[in-house]
Amino acid sequence: MQIRPILAALRRHKMATLLIVLQIALTLAVVSNALFIVKTRVVHLSRPSGTDEAHLFVINNQWIGQSDTPHIDAQMRTDLATLRSLPGVRDAFASQAYPLEEGGGGLVRIKHRVERTTKAQLGLSYFADEHAIDTFGTALVAGRNFRADEIGSLGPYDKVVPVVIIITRDLANKLFPDGAAVGQRVYLNDASPSTIIGVVDRLQGSYAGSSTRSIDEDTVLVPARYASTGDGAAFAGGVVYLVRTQPGQLEAVLRSAPAALVAQNRMRLISPENGVVTLAQARTKAYATDRGVAIMMGAVCVLLLLATAGGIVGLSSFWVSQRRRSIGVRRALGATRGDILRYFQTENALIVGIGVVLGVALGIAANLSLMTHYELPRMPLWVLGVGALLLWLLGQLAVFGPARRAAAVPPVEATRSV
Amino acid sequence: MVTQGVSLLTYYFDLALRSCRRSKALTALVVLLMGCGVATCMVTFAVFRATAADPIPWKSNQLFVPQIDSFGPAHNYKGEPPGMLSYTDAVALSHARQARRQVLIYASKWTVLPGDAQHLPSSQEGDAVSHDFFAMFDAPFRYGGGWSAGDDDQRAAVVVISSTLNQQLFGGADSVGREINLDTHAYRIVGVLDDWNPSPRYFDVASAWYPFSHPRQLYLPFSRAIDLQKAAAGNFYCSTNTVDPDLPNWDSVLRSNCAWIAAWVELPTRADVARYRDWLHNYAAEQQRLGRFAWPPNVRLSDVGQWLQLMNVVPKASALSMIVSLSFLLICLVNVVGLMLARFMRRAPEIGVRRALGASRGSIYLQFLTEAAAIGLAGGVLGLLLTALGMAGIGHVFAPEIARLAMLNASLLLLTVALAVATTLIAALYPTWRAAQVQPAWQLKSNG
Repeated sequence: MQIRPILAALRRHKMATLLIVLQIALTLAVVSNALFIVKTRVVHLSRPSGTDEAHLFVINNQWIGQSDTPHIDAQMRTDLATLRSLPGVRDAFASQAYPLEEGGGGLVRIKHRVERTTKAQLGLSYFADEHAIDTFGTALVAGRNFRADEIGSLGPYDKVVPVVIIITRDLANKLFPDGAAVGQRVYLNDASPSTIIGVVDRLQGSYAGSSTRSIDEDTVLVPARYASTGDGAAFAGGVVYLVRTQPGQLEAVLRSAPAALVAQNRMRLISPENGVVTLAQARTKAYATDRGVAIMMGAVCVLLLLATAGGIVGLSSFWVSQRRRSIGVRRALGATRGDILRYFQTENALIVGIGVVLGVALGIAANLSLMTHYELPRMPLWVLGVGALLLWLLGQLAVFGPARRAAAVPPVEATRSV
Repeated sequence: MVTQGVSLLTYYFDLALRSCRRSKALTALVVLLMGCGVATCMVTFAVFRATAADPIPWKSNQLFVPQIDSFGPAHNYKGEPPGMLSYTDAVALSHARQARRQVLIYASKWTVLPGDAQHLPSSQEGDAVSHDFFAMFDAPFRYGGGWSAGDDDQRAAVVVISSTLNQQLFGGADSVGREINLDTHAYRIVGVLDDWNPSPRYFDVASAWYPFSHPRQLYLPFSRAIDLQKAAAGNFYCSTNTVDPDLPNWDSVLRSNCAWIAAWVELPTRADVARYRDWLHNYAAEQQRLGRFAWPPNVRLSDVGQWLQLMNVVPKASALSMIVSLSFLLICLVNVVGLMLARFMRRAPEIGVRRALGASRGSIYLQFLTEAAAIGLAGGVLGLLLTALGMAGIGHVFAPEIARLAMLNASLLLLTVALAVATTLIAALYPTWRAAQVQPAWQLKSNG
């Protein structure tokens, strides 16, 4: 209804209009991309590890002066017996890595057939034994647990060739989308076949970063104790004992467990700084960057929206002050307060509308360039929709004050000269 | 003339103050916007500057990383050779002595066993390096020095320790000549480094990663570590797309084409660089002729800057936040242009009167730009406060080892104010031009 006179008025303020449009467009482009980054980070850092994190901790144990596999393996058995018999400990097992560690775990390639041409499914492995499922706190959803006699002993130069394995439900669904995984045979790292004997509910691999995001829940439990002597191709850093405590016992066991190990044998090294890590600490550390980026982006979004609102208030007030006389004339000619109020609200909606159209294009362009440089996924269009709605509401809210002041201009203003 | 100019400027400044007093809200908004925009930029820039810094500016264009593709086109990453060398290539390169200096490095972890029972054993991160390391990277010594080429050849049990470890073990005393026990073997200390931790730690980033943390505490002869079959406590990979081959013993590790040794060469002149490039290419061609590589030469030679870029040392969060804060400043500026326009045009009558009384366009320009500069200065001061506040909260956004690097120093303070004034002046250009276009007669005739 009032579009034509609004356009005519805007044409007299080309530059100011252009500035607001530009600002709305830039704000939409930045805010939508920033909100999208916040969303991906929040989704990433709120994923459950599938373990009983509140009662789980790890001991990073390095050996001193021990270099033969049987000797270390025997020490590991003794250590595990010591840990499991400690008061307050529910269960424990030895591995080479732990969830949220940001590294350490082995990458395995899983194939249905051994042929070179078959495409492999990637997964992340933990060395485990019959106590692993209970220690992690995950649940067996199909098949059975390992038996004590299935747990092998591996040295630094040995190849991993387990006869039986347990995998996560996520991996089972990827490997066998239309059938049960239990009882099936698969090939790990092109070695001899392994039989899947069990499927567990959910268990995250040891990498929390973005590069392994797609396989973070594709975990393989390999029944072995790995005696790392510090020799061999790559250094695996001793052994990691995962310990699950009884409720309320974590604090006590955090102190008693390493002490018990050292008392049993002094020729080991448990670093005072990072030798004992609770899963809660590991989670905080692993997702520190994600949280930081989310905070930063969120803060920038809030500041940006405030800045844009401030800009709209400022320019609208200026326009209102410039048009006091014409507003007075309109009022004198019979326009109601409501008409004046609506005029400014419509004008703002129009400007924001143009800005939003431009901003959607800019936002998509920004997302595309971020996708190529920073491995961000494609932004769904609804994010831009939410951003547009937010800006439109903000614009209406920001212009309300100046518009109300405009509506308060008395008709007598038409007769005043200054 | 000069005094007249100064008094004019003071007059304009006074006018600016008066106008600010008249439109408090608008002024406050502009100052606030500039302050926020500049502070956000400065905080992220402080982090970015720290992570993207040149760790050895006086020499970074003379130090090069040679890369030789030992994986082949079927197993390398998008045609790029691996970031490290296989043992075979590393030793060949070291023996060829085609550069002024050549250094081989791999990260390793050592257990320091104390001589007495009171101290607990500790695990220390170090690098196995060849003797040229200290001269090549200009490592400063507090006591003693590096070891000789002869020590490398004899696989001598010598070690250079960091000042931190020296403090820990010997209370900071001159420990040269004393012995320490690493992994149950005795080593003679030949040198103690000064406080030295280049950031990013470029020289072993390919092997150890952690360019901003995990400082090295010891350096031992490369040849000795190989003799001891000391495994790499860092990157070791044999292919980017298949499983590592069987490596049943240490000899097979050394004979494999797996990449795990970081190599550096020092090439002082451009001619040296060109010559080395040729040598590298010829070496790979020779390997192809010998049948070791079934692919044509695929080699690279990158200087420190190129290498850090290739290794993606600058954290993504840092680069990303730099982009976001620059966009934020841009939007603040667009905003400020609009607000300044409103501010200046509101005073069209005043401009008309001044013009009618004989003020030139130039003096209108000067008056309004002075006003913009004053507002920019105020924005800069607010920006300083907010930057200081932001630096205090930086630990919530960036990882501790990154946040620690960002420093609020004099250059950053100066830059904050300069950026605020400069950007506000730029933002004021168009509004000032519009103000200068105001016609004296027209303004006097109409009501304003």
